[in-house]
Amino acid sequence: MRIALFVTCVNDTLYPGTGRAVVRLLERLGHEVVFSEDQTCCGQMHYNSGYRRDAQRLAVRFLRTFEGADAVVAPSGSCAAMIRDNYPRLGEDGSRLQRAAAELAPRVYDLSELLVDVLGVTDVGAYFPHTVTYHPTCHGLRMLRLGDRPYRLLRAVRGLSLVDLPGAAECCGFGGTFAVKNPDVSAAMGSDKARNAASTGAEVLCAVDNSCLMHIGGTLSRERAGMRVVHLAEILASTEREPALA
Amino acid sequence: MSSATFVGMPAFPDAARGATGNAQLRHNLRKATHTIRGKRGEVVEELDDWAGLREAGRAVKDRTLRHLDHYLERLEEAVTAAGGTVHWASDADEARAIVTRLVHATGEREVVKVKSMATQEIELNNALEQEGITAYETDLAELIVQLGDDLPSHFLVPAIHRNRAEIGRIFRERMGAWGVPAPEGLGDDPRELAEAARRHLRQKFLETRVAVSGANFAVADTGSMVVLESEGNGRMCLTLPETLISVVGIEKLVPSWSDLEVFMQLLPRSSTGERMNPYSTVWTGVTPGDGPQEFHLVLLDNGRTDTLADRVGRQALRCIRCSACLNICPVYERTGGHAYGSVYPGPIGAILTPQLQGMQGPVEKALPFASTLCGACYDVCPVAIDIPEVLVHLRERAVEGKRPGPEKTAMAAAEWVLDDPRRMHLAQRAASSLRGAVPRRLPGPGAAWTDTRDLPDIPERPFRDWWREHARGGEEQR
Amino acid sequence: MSAPLGSRERVLAKVRAALADVPRGEDPGDAPVPRDYARTHRQGPALDLLVDRLEDYRAQVRRVRGAELPAAVAEALERRGAARVAVPGDAPGEWFSRSGAEVLRDAPWEDRVLSVSELDAVDGAVTGCAVAVAETGTIILDTGEHQGRRALTLVPDYHLCVVRARQVVDGVPEAVERLDPVLPQTWISGPSATSDIELERVEGVHGPRTLEVLLVE
Repeated sequence: MRIALFVTCVNDTLYPGTGRAVVRLLERLGHEVVFSEDQTCCGQMHYNSGYRRDAQRLAVRFLRTFEGADAVVAPSGSCAAMIRDNYPRLGEDGSRLQRAAAELAPRVYDLSELLVDVLGVTDVGAYFPHTVTYHPTCHGLRMLRLGDRPYRLLRAVRGLSLVDLPGAAECCGFGGTFAVKNPDVSAAMGSDKARNAASTGAEVLCAVDNSCLMHIGGTLSRERAGMRVVHLAEILASTEREPALA
Repeated sequence: MSSATFVGMPAFPDAARGATGNAQLRHNLRKATHTIRGKRGEVVEELDDWAGLREAGRAVKDRTLRHLDHYLERLEEAVTAAGGTVHWASDADEARAIVTRLVHATGEREVVKVKSMATQEIELNNALEQEGITAYETDLAELIVQLGDDLPSHFLVPAIHRNRAEIGRIFRERMGAWGVPAPEGLGDDPRELAEAARRHLRQKFLETRVAVSGANFAVADTGSMVVLESEGNGRMCLTLPETLISVVGIEKLVPSWSDLEVFMQLLPRSSTGERMNPYSTVWTGVTPGDGPQEFHLVLLDNGRTDTLADRVGRQALRCIRCSACLNICPVYERTGGHAYGSVYPGPIGAILTPQLQGMQGPVEKALPFASTLCGACYDVCPVAIDIPEVLVHLRERAVEGKRPGPEKTAMAAAEWVLDDPRRMHLAQRAASSLRGAVPRRLPGPGAAWTDTRDLPDIPERPFRDWWREHARGGEEQR
Repeated sequence: MSAPLGSRERVLAKVRAALADVPRGEDPGDAPVPRDYARTHRQGPALDLLVDRLEDYRAQVRRVRGAELPAAVAEALERRGAARVAVPGDAPGEWFSRSGAEVLRDAPWEDRVLSVSELDAVDGAVTGCAVAVAETGTIILDTGEHQGRRALTLVPDYHLCVVRARQVVDGVPEAVERLDPVLPQTWISGPSATSDIELERVEGVHGPRTLEVLLVE
């Protein structure tokens, strides 16, 4: 299958390893990945912060870039949710933006949805000999409704031991600009999430969104918790020959 | 004018700073919200048709709101026909004046009150006090707030921020000033505290001739009013006095009696996490020989019609004040209700207060941003208010009214960069060139991040540079 | 006794202006309300369920056959130590035929009204009910047969309630259907309680602190 990668601006700039992992994984599974260099950002930050017109311009760019794609994969739950949930209500009723969004949105997938629902695999042949706990993220849990897909993928990874995260359903406190507009509440939530994660004794906290992981990882690192944060794509791409954690 | 916000409260981010630093408050809130979340979860799980009930609840409220003028007139007609008197108040001033005049007309100087958000919103107790009328709050939590000269911080449990030890102290120190003092040697056991409240209020219930209440529902077809409660203070106030004055927001209507079959399932389970609350009272106008022989219904607008005019924001008027969104909210759990600076705290307050009050003041402007948009509130809302959608919508209104400043400039610059892949690439390269040179703690606005969190390492090069090489079949490297 | 002149019209005009997007000619009934919910949840046999739910609220429940009712009333009052009880004027004399308690009848239509202080002085109240909801453990009084005025079951600290099997329905929708909204109603789910202190439920505040139910099969 030919899959268009929307790497997202955050991954492109700060977490290129996640993008590389998606490409390696999908190619290993025998699929073709295409990456349009016209892509930039889905507009989530502008939309969530009240800058609707800016978000509309970025949405128009996104829809133009990915028009006609069979499947678009975004290794970021919040970006996938932005496109699927919010694009259709970003344009005025009957506008081109609204029509284009309604047309493309159903073919935009988070990585775990693409693998399980579209490509029909749960065992992707990965090897990751570490104890992992999974943070489901708000967008993954309540908007995309990823359900057990990420857990099924993780359980099929050889060597991986999955442990439950207490208070998993609760937001980590990132919230985009919330993290700096309301730093005290954001930090209090992040600290509780980090404590829950550390209490599992896992070596790695995994999620489908690097924004959340940046916040939780930044907190864990500041608190010297000795726990790594790793995107789901990197665990699934990991093999004996090319391990995710060097 | 209207007064849903507390006077002199700082805007949310500043108020939250104090709250998150208060270990006792954090502990009280965590314990209480987690207890109620668990109970709600169990009794909601028990009903396999919850989604259907929720959808019906949403639709009944939407029908009411779409034809509110029709249903208000029906309600007025039905209440009047049943022997009640209907009054209309455009704003808090009018409502306070109506209630004050009605109490004066009875010649009484004391009223007993059933917990009511609407009367808190219009700050009725202060207005009555200025007219020489003492209002006694009878709900246990309201009593704690009143005796402690405190502010409510939750719809259902206004004293959720207090633990048993604090409540015991307030009762011991303050009950005497308001009437029957606390029993000698009163401890902190909730049973003892409830018993003390019973003794403190008993004579007031049996002797006071005027009561003031709100209502959970007003049935347009029949003129019936419904009040849900737990302790029996509601029944006391709604049954024993001679005159009953109910202040009810115009959004509290439901079209017909049978609609209660939906809400009497949704509300108790969402609210106290019980299959049914201990007591509910239903009354229709005046019943000869039973209950108050004079009934006044004060219909309150106070910003509700402004809210109704906003096509996205109007869904906030579906709210049945269950407080499930407060109990589930991770932000509320850390800050408590006072930080929201309004009688309507939590996620619903963050969308209701700015709409009822307008968005001129700093408190109202900050509220739509007091959320991570995590969506837990929408999930538990029994009438499916998409709170995150309304928050984003109100953020847009806040941004529209904003003067140019650093944030607007930064957002415009970000959009300019992101709307062009070449500009974005240049910015990525510039970031990579700073690799290793970024201090651990940033100065200025960046400190909001780095005070508590480390920054991620900036990679050597962005993904798109690797992709070019990869697409050419080049050596893969990290 | 009317509102300041014009407030009614002002509020209604603002409501209408706010609803400018609602098509003219749309009838309130045109706004769809899906009713995809159950009339009953079939959680078990109604009487068993009612008992279970009531006990969950820490009400005391006894199941009795019709002929056993007078003895059950007598036994309950004696156990409670209730020597004087208030009852609705139409309460069957048979209920108290085996009890030694003094029965004070409240019959407003015969000008025999118990004052609030008289109600406060009795040891309890004995009534019937209109409907009981099994799923939620709710007993509903509507001032109809054998129920009396609302104050009767409010002021005394002990309420003994006779519920007949035919009055028990499974779920809330069936109960709402049976009720006449014109009559004042009290929905009772267990004894008076509060969750206002640390959200822990504690029984016994202002309403009757003891609720006892005789379920007659």
